[in-house]
Amino acid sequence: MNVSRRQMLILLPAAAVAWKSVLAGTPEDSPNYRMSDHWWGMLIDIPKCIGCGNCVRACATENDVPDGHFRTWVERYNVSDEDMTNPHVISPDGGKEGFPVAEEDGEKYFFVPKMCNHCADSPCTQVCPVGATFIAPDGVVLVDQKYCLGCAYCVQACPYGCRYIHPQKEVADKCTLCYHRITKGLTTACCEACPTGARQLVDLKNPNDPIHEFLKTHSVQILKPQMATGAKAFYNGLDGSVR
Amino acid sequence: MSSFKESRHLYHFAGLFVLAFLVFLVVRHYYVPKSFGEYGHYRGAAIGEIASLPVKFAGHQTCEGCHTDVLDVKSKGKHAHVNCEACHGALANHADDPSIKPVLPDTTLLCARCHTASAAKPKGFPQVVPADHSGGVPCQTCHNPHSPAMDGGGAK
Repeated sequence: MNVSRRQMLILLPAAAVAWKSVLAGTPEDSPNYRMSDHWWGMLIDIPKCIGCGNCVRACATENDVPDGHFRTWVERYNVSDEDMTNPHVISPDGGKEGFPVAEEDGEKYFFVPKMCNHCADSPCTQVCPVGATFIAPDGVVLVDQKYCLGCAYCVQACPYGCRYIHPQKEVADKCTLCYHRITKGLTTACCEACPTGARQLVDLKNPNDPIHEFLKTHSVQILKPQMATGAKAFYNGLDGSVR
Repeated sequence: MSSFKESRHLYHFAGLFVLAFLVFLVVRHYYVPKSFGEYGHYRGAAIGEIASLPVKFAGHQTCEGCHTDVLDVKSKGKHAHVNCEACHGALANHADDPSIKPVLPDTTLLCARCHTASAAKPKGFPQVVPADHSGGVPCQTCHNPHSPAMDGGGAK
């Protein structure tokens, strides 16, 4: 084979790049999981939520979430007819043990489960100075806890308040959309534990996912759309008073 | 001619820069993780590390593999779409090793968590005031938790 000096100069770096990815191996623990085939999100169906707190407890168990911190939590809104812009919101211990009974007093009450929105244009990943948090190729926002410095820039940047500094590890921690489960073909812990189907894991790249039909036929919103975060937590039946 | 002599200092200086740059490249090679930049400005291997964390909720498909008798009852009742671990808790350890016996949940607390009447709950959702409804008698005295409707053949 005759390779000119020019061709050699082009070939060598290309071969080096290819060999590097061979050495790195495949990142997935699950052999049949291909990141490029998925684009994960979550559907939250407000009219189905009963505020039982199952999702909060399941998340804490599955992910060893420290007490007083939440990867997901539930808020109870109380909106009066006269003052829609100032709802009364409670979330005792993140709704982990449920909520106090709301009396029939003519005002509007409803529950809003909250979690990381796994934004497609996430503010949290943009502010990380070291590349410790990132959007994985399948749309899940993750934290590399071995690389994180714990500077908490991301905690401040998240418009939804979904991040915290882990008190023992002293690094940023957040919802991984149960990445260790969804890559193995399971649903998230919160979806598994939700008794009413108020939360559903969705894969926007799966053409057979019922989310496509749901989004077409329902009035679905995301939180703080004016922030242009590309949030992928879709809320059905969301009240205008929710912030 | 004299100007040429002076420019030698510049060459020394440039040499220093080149040397510093080479040292930087060597240090960088050892300090930046191998998979950094594989998919973007982050450590690609972190994805695999997060994906390989242990699972604690086995998932209802796993439960249904063995407990087909419960599935038969449950699938015909009102709790057909309530997953096993929603009430029984995380049981991947039991699925891995069936000799680990799970603790049965206390229905008095468990049922009340979902079915205690509150104005905040969706109107169509079955709700009771526990004190008025049973007066402290445990729920499973009358209801079968796997198929709780009284008229659906699920009642005891």
